[in-house]
Amino acid sequence: MSDLVRNTIRFILFILVQVFVLFQIKPLHQFVVPYLYFLYILWLPFSMPRMAATLLGFCFGLTLDFFTKTPGLHAAPCTLIAYLRPFLVNILIPQEGADKNYKSPSITSMGWAPYATYVLILTFIHNTYLVFLEWLQFGSFWFFLGKVLATTGISLMLILITELLVYRKEKFRTNTV
Amino acid sequence: MRNIFLFIRRYFNFVFFVVMQIIALYMLFHYNRFHEAAFMGVANEWTGRVSKKFNNVEYYFHLKKTNEELVKENEILRNLLRQNFEGADTTLKVLVDSLSRDTFGHLRKYRYRDAKVVNNSTSLQYNYITIYRGEKQGVHKDMGVISPSGVLGTVVYSSSNYSIVMSLLNVQSKLSGKLKKSSETGQVSWDGKSPFYLTMNSLPKSVPLAKGDSIVTSQYSSRFPEGILIGTVAEIIDDKASNFYTLRLKPATNFFAVEHATVIENLQAEEQKKLEETTKMNQ
Repeated sequence: MSDLVRNTIRFILFILVQVFVLFQIKPLHQFVVPYLYFLYILWLPFSMPRMAATLLGFCFGLTLDFFTKTPGLHAAPCTLIAYLRPFLVNILIPQEGADKNYKSPSITSMGWAPYATYVLILTFIHNTYLVFLEWLQFGSFWFFLGKVLATTGISLMLILITELLVYRKEKFRTNTV
Repeated sequence: MRNIFLFIRRYFNFVFFVVMQIIALYMLFHYNRFHEAAFMGVANEWTGRVSKKFNNVEYYFHLKKTNEELVKENEILRNLLRQNFEGADTTLKVLVDSLSRDTFGHLRKYRYRDAKVVNNSTSLQYNYITIYRGEKQGVHKDMGVISPSGVLGTVVYSSSNYSIVMSLLNVQSKLSGKLKKSSETGQVSWDGKSPFYLTMNSLPKSVPLAKGDSIVTSQYSSRFPEGILIGTVAEIIDDKASNFYTLRLKPATNFFAVEHATVIENLQAEEQKKLEETTKMNQ
């Protein structure tokens, strides 16, 4: 499967899962909102140009926004993490050229600790920005703090489950540099 | 000049990112105007169509509950029928004012249309419901929507076949309600915390009040007929600093399982609105 086909299928799947599975879960508490959809942006290939990734992040967030009828609310954080992603990859990649030998960020390509840091930081940034935009319109500071922590925790748990359930083929490719 | 071009070329990615951010934030903070934007109509049709597909599956699981709700509503309506009211005394007659239902429908105030709920959310701060009935079927902005058991929300946007309803569980939703037994009015809203409770404000403390009292739509709301159940009082919060009660209401509608809705059109709303606006202009 080519990258384009794979990512198009993922695009549709992530949106559908978020809208028709995760958003349909009955709310446990006002802080608990399960967000998983942005994992799509974390899984984008290394080779993607920065501008294309930013644009894709925007489109991806906006697609979700059309389902939740809040244009811009998810598009803004998605654009932000899509833009910041390459910086983090550059810092966290363990050995020179690993981003050429592997296709996309994963446990095999980056190693456990760097990949976990990568996911943690981007999840935290995404959720903080998202809740901040909500908080600008209503709510108290405790709402902001509680919701950021709770959603980040839930998101990390969901990402862990997804990583365990979904097997992504990551072949080591030589002669690429 | 050359330096400016060099600067832009060097930081093009950053500039592009900032532009995307500004577009996203602009959309977010101009949301109400954005509703009218052209591509929201197309997007609404598409998300509506996808939701309809999913609802076909999901609907099956709610059939029993939906059926029970509709039977209950039928029972209430059947109890209002004219032939129920009959006495042995022939001088005792129940008269229905024929003027309110003349054949031309001139004096009719409300018209009801059924609609299928195809998408619904309860876990967000801005919850909207999508219904499968749009402008082609006579649903327009600012119409009231009720479920078989109580108030559901207000139509905020309609494309040709689908409409978006702002649910009562939306932090921007506001509705005028009144106490059923003493007709004191107040404002019903949602604080965004628990989807099991609504909030009611500005009900004066002089009103006798008890847990379990019914709150219904008031005569001041032009979208709903008077007396449709919004919820029942679950908790009375006595704020010492204010002369008004804050009430927590248990909504009459079960927002987690709405399958059918009724859209209410107020045929006289325009006349009322026009009159009120001319009065405002003359001041």
